Amino acid sequence: MSAASVPMGIGGKLLWAGVAALGAVSFGVVALTRGEPVNAAWLVVAAVCIYLVAYRFYARFIAYKALGVDATRQTPAFSRNDGLDYVPTNRYVLFGHHFAAIAGAGPLVGPVLAAQMGYLPGTLWILVGVVLAGAVQDMTVLFLSARRDGRSLGDMIRAEMGPVPGTIAGIGVLLICIIILAVLALVVVNALKQSPWGTFTVFCTLPIAVVMGIYGRFIRPGRVAEMSAIGAVLLLAALLYGRTVSETPELAAMFTFSGPSLALILIGYGYVASVLPVWLVLAPRDYLSTFMKIGTVALLAIGIILVHPNLQMPAVTKFVDGTGPVWAGSLFPFLFITIACGAVSGWHSLISSGTTPKMIENESQIPFIGYGGMLMESFVAIMAMIAASVIHPGVYFAMNSSAGLIGTTVDQAAQTISAWGFVVTPDVLAQMAHDVGEKTIMSRTGGAPTLAVGMAQILAQFLGGAAMMAIWYHFAILFEALFILTTVDAGTRVCRFMIQDLIGNAIPAFRETKSWANNLIGSGLACALWGYFLYTGVIDPFGGIWTMWPLFGTANQMLAAIALMLCTVVLFKMKRQQFAWVTVVPATWLVICTVTAGLEKAFSSNPSVGFLAHAAKFGDALGAGKVLAPAKTLGDMGRVVFNDYLDAALAVVFVAVVVSTLFYAVISIRKSLGTPTSTAREVGRVALAGSAR
Amino acid sequence: MNRLRTLYGWARQTARLMIGVPDYENYVRHRQTFHPSEPIMTYEEFFFERQSVRYTVSKDRMKGCC
Repeated sequence: MSAASVPMGIGGKLLWAGVAALGAVSFGVVALTRGEPVNAAWLVVAAVCIYLVAYRFYARFIAYKALGVDATRQTPAFSRNDGLDYVPTNRYVLFGHHFAAIAGAGPLVGPVLAAQMGYLPGTLWILVGVVLAGAVQDMTVLFLSARRDGRSLGDMIRAEMGPVPGTIAGIGVLLICIIILAVLALVVVNALKQSPWGTFTVFCTLPIAVVMGIYGRFIRPGRVAEMSAIGAVLLLAALLYGRTVSETPELAAMFTFSGPSLALILIGYGYVASVLPVWLVLAPRDYLSTFMKIGTVALLAIGIILVHPNLQMPAVTKFVDGTGPVWAGSLFPFLFITIACGAVSGWHSLISSGTTPKMIENESQIPFIGYGGMLMESFVAIMAMIAASVIHPGVYFAMNSSAGLIGTTVDQAAQTISAWGFVVTPDVLAQMAHDVGEKTIMSRTGGAPTLAVGMAQILAQFLGGAAMMAIWYHFAILFEALFILTTVDAGTRVCRFMIQDLIGNAIPAFRETKSWANNLIGSGLACALWGYFLYTGVIDPFGGIWTMWPLFGTANQMLAAIALMLCTVVLFKMKRQQFAWVTVVPATWLVICTVTAGLEKAFSSNPSVGFLAHAAKFGDALGAGKVLAPAKTLGDMGRVVFNDYLDAALAVVFVAVVVSTLFYAVISIRKSLGTPTSTAREVGRVALAGSAR
Repeated sequence: MNRLRTLYGWARQTARLMIGVPDYENYVRHRQTFHPSEPIMTYEEFFFERQSVRYTVSKDRMKGCC
């Protein structure tokens, strides 16, 4: 019996009216208060009420009315049950699995960067985006895949839209992967440069993973709890000993690296890790990072509820005009691509068409897993926004502006940032660095260190006090670095596979993934590609995040646009076009955002936004034999110009991918409108036997 | 007490599934019921098989990045 068909009693109506009213009041406080600090609790309550109402009404509407979820239809978990991939799984267990798979660095970093415009614009987009776009995408893709034996997104695009858009989407995914790996690695570099404590603990994760891997392979095979416990204890020891390392000059010197050296180390690491057997490094570290991720997110939620700090950041800053120091570009379209994963993320469409659809017990659980899982992810983004907004705005801008803008001393930085209107003294900046056990916190761009400071501030208030702040800070850095490194390792393997597949078209022998030579060459190519972007980001005088995050965001939202276009096409093919607006609206918005962002990144006449304008400015100066700051030599100037052209080309490719997918989507929709019956390619409908549920 | 045990069972199963290891007892039951004459992997074999499947990339298995 589907819950949607149960009429709501008077008690239910009153309850939901109450939730809606509470949400509206809280949201009013968040949005309309000016001049005095707003408490984070209002933000939490507003978000939770909005999620509840959206889940109860909109998710059910989409599931039962728009998609036509059928609780009597057998899911692939039953029809193809093999005890391994296809397993009917309790919905709460599956929810945990799905959430752990979609949650990552994205929802944590994006909102922190978006906070440069104040907490309100980003929060609005996180809430509106998740309700109307992100959760809709996750749920619809899950539904489509569950109706097709758990087929992947690429397969579904090929089957429903044709082979050409399938290939185009494939190329898009490879490019996104390269940009994502470069940007995430850049976040780690910025967190660890000149930080012996952080570097030591993160380096330690490698031998710890090896110890766990050997234990779980040979000593006590398959004992996950034991190996994770060993890993956690060792990790904690490394975290605590890191302080001693940072306070002992000889040891500190061994673990103090500049940005470029760290970048080279990371590229080398990515290469080695991706050719080693998975059980040795990748799997054990994935176990640690998964459990730590879930634990830390829960801890932060408890911390925010118990401490309920005031938000120091203004609701809206003057940087909504696009002159902000954290990333380049104005509110539209760049805010909507800066916050990717917390509002809508294309990557989730790969998970929703991956392991989850093979385990779902009943189609009626699709709203809970798909829509509900994404609401939870959105809440993580809200927490990140809170963490970024509870720290002193002066500290926030000191951490997220490049040295080219604010200089390298606390005095220069305090002066510049105060002139922007965020009054801060040099002492505050120096004291914060001291509190978190670092020499400097300035220009640690990329979001992760800012989030770590915010988390440390919140957690220290209910666990350990000020004395623990440095430990919490490095704990947060470790937690982020851990799962970013896991992503770098896993992502390099994905890139390698796609490169092998691509080159395999010309040299078939290169496709053989069991060949060591192929893997060594493939990994080398993959690392060279993302490593190139990482290295240019690190030596980029503007601080790579400023240039590269918008490019990354465009790519990520491009995939979401593709997934939502697929959903729209299938709705038309299923003859449910009267409800197609549920995916048409978010797809249209994402197409507009990604195309505008891509075109602006390439062709804007403002050199701080447009790559070509920037190239022209530097090219002209180069022709005149002049060196423009922040470049130092004519060689630097040449590199800046070259990278500008490269980035512009990438932005144009992203736009081309979106536009051509749109073209094929329109063709498919027109074709289906001409046929009177459903042309969606679902896999056989078998009704459930009475006992199977 | 029984409820606590169920909760613990769910938590344990969730934690294991998060890292790609489904329920082993369920796998054994499935093999015994539907493939009674075929061999059943030991827990260790099952674990190694699941581990390699989770991290080996192929056309159907693309891990997301965020």
